[in-house]
Amino acid sequence: MAQSIAPPSTGAPTAVPAPLPVKAILPWAVFFGLLTLIALYFVGAEQGATSVFAGTGVHEWVHDGRHLLGFPCH
Amino acid sequence: MNSSTVRALLVRGMLAGLIAGMLALVTAYFLGEPQIDAAIAYEEAHTHGHEHGPEVVSRSVQSTAGLATGVLVYGVAVGGVASLVFSFALGRVGGFSPRATALLLAGAAFVSVYLVPFLKYPANPPSVGDPASLDKRTALFFLMVVLGVLLAVAATIAGRRLAPRLGNWYATVVAGLGFAAAVGIAYAFLPSLSELPEHFPALLLWRFRLSALAVQLVLWTAYGLTFAHFAQRLLAGPARERETVRDGAAPAAAQV
Ligand SMILES: [Zn+2]
Repeated sequence: MAQSIAPPSTGAPTAVPAPLPVKAILPWAVFFGLLTLIALYFVGAEQGATSVFAGTGVHEWVHDGRHLLGFPCH
Repeated sequence: MNSSTVRALLVRGMLAGLIAGMLALVTAYFLGEPQIDAAIAYEEAHTHGHEHGPEVVSRSVQSTAGLATGVLVYGVAVGGVASLVFSFALGRVGGFSPRATALLLAGAAFVSVYLVPFLKYPANPPSVGDPASLDKRTALFFLMVVLGVLLAVAATIAGRRLAPRLGNWYATVVAGLGFAAAVGIAYAFLPSLSELPEHFPALLLWRFRLSALAVQLVLWTAYGLTFAHFAQRLLAGPARERETVRDGAAPAAAQV
């Protein structure tokens, strides 16, 4: 890449970092992925095609966000 | 130590998502809300069985606190998930710095999570769309999101596999073309929706969709830049970065 500029003495690679092990990522991915699915469900779909809670309160509350974020609303 | 790095990235991703969400919220409020108001006014003038029931939440709350809830929760959620994808992609997708990886990822997320579904099933203002077909529209939209993400992942893997044979440039071009072709095939085979009420103002629909696109563009651009900054500071360190700039060389890793 920049061999002519960088002195060859530095042992560390310029900017390319070592990958983080999958084992360290997986628990966070499962935990946060689940939270995200629930959060996005309530913002994007609850009381539309499917309902967890009766009524239309959740749908009405996030209504404008649902339309403007691109989710099908009504 | 690695797990704490992932946690630190996740926290920064959620924070970047919150900041990006705030900018997206400003965009949604000033560009999107006037179109929603106009669409609701149209809806009320042409009522034909579109029931939203009695007003549970007033318009003034929907357009402020309600809108903020939706956009900010969305920002924090996608920001956090993107930071976890970043944790995995870092050092695995090519010779990119944390900053470059973050920006590329934000761009890929915008295209696969939003733009690809949007071009087939675009955002609609109130009164566009038949309530009877909501189940079908919801299923198709989420199917398209999942498909966009899967195809982007497949294209990335294919690009990495092709790189040794074709070189980075042509591997990326071929993977990108493959992605576009696969998306085109999906568009061709999935059903199209045309549920526009007759005489719905074309200009209003256009402006609404443009504002919805702007919201996501602002969200992902702001997220990419903010998270790139955080990730670079966390992983490369400010001292190291400054010296790199000054000397044009990287000093020994000054990491935790
Ligand atoms: Zn609606």
